[in-house]
Amino acid sequence: MSHVDPSARLEGKASRDTERSLKRETKAQIASFVFMIFMTSTAFLTVASDAIPTGFAIPFILLLASVQVIMQLYYFMHLNSKGNAWANVMMWSGLFVAAMTVASLMLLIGVTKY
Amino acid sequence: MAQPAHTLPAHPEKATLEGKNKYLGFWFFLGGETVLFASLFGTYLALRGSTADAPGPADLFHLELVFIMTMLLLTSSLTSVFAVISMKKGSFKGMIMWMWLTVALGLGFLGFEIYEFYEYNHLGLGYTSSAFASSFYSLVGTHGAHVTFGIGWIITLLIRYRKAGITLTNASKFYTAVLYWHFIDVVWVFIFTVVYLLGVGA
Repeated sequence: MSHVDPSARLEGKASRDTERSLKRETKAQIASFVFMIFMTSTAFLTVASDAIPTGFAIPFILLLASVQVIMQLYYFMHLNSKGNAWANVMMWSGLFVAAMTVASLMLLIGVTKY
Repeated sequence: MAQPAHTLPAHPEKATLEGKNKYLGFWFFLGGETVLFASLFGTYLALRGSTADAPGPADLFHLELVFIMTMLLLTSSLTSVFAVISMKKGSFKGMIMWMWLTVALGLGFLGFEIYEFYEYNHLGLGYTSSAFASSFYSLVGTHGAHVTFGIGWIITLLIRYRKAGITLTNASKFYTAVLYWHFIDVVWVFIFTVVYLLGVGA
């Protein structure tokens, strides 16, 4: 494999093992998609109906959004698969700095009303 | 070449060193993008109450429209997942088909967003109308610019490699574009919740 031409068309099919794991993956992806649709709709209905008090609705829909994002990152973007430790480090460092950025901007600009 | 050097590996996107580097470097980029959007979210959250007599969130937002946009983008995320699965199965045709479908759904989303901004402008919310207006257009507009760039990126790949088949070179390129597309969807989930749902509900 030392002189592989990277622009050559890859021939053949996936191995039987790969085929099997892809079939399993397809099912898991469709399931997580349905679950995400369900969560988006729940968040939408929580706000659209007047029955649910605001004090409960705000933390609830923020939680739904966070769960949905984690599912996107780990299932759709495969952060859960093996050999992705550094990708995880990159993303979680980003999220860590992001959380501090949001908090500090809200405190710095939000106090004085323009 | 007598030996079967060009058979399909299980992970064609990470089969070369260049592919591996691209994958890791792109996650580094996405970490940085997270912080970029966080700064816009923080600014919006701080200024969203400062409407200065211009129309505010509750006067403007129509949740039905935004709900449809969310569904379009979420579905396009799934079609790009199917594109990657087709790639790993060795089906070039399948991958191309799912990628075009992703582009079509993305264009639908973009159309709704342009209509939305046009409508808000019509209702008297210019970019400089209020602090809320500026921070809203900056946040949602930056996301829209990402969608536009993503569509351009995927179309470029689709045209350039329309006859190439799956290769070790383009597998990692398609895979990276799909990662970018998922990230756009991730950001939108938060815009949908923080800007639109909180704007109407609280």
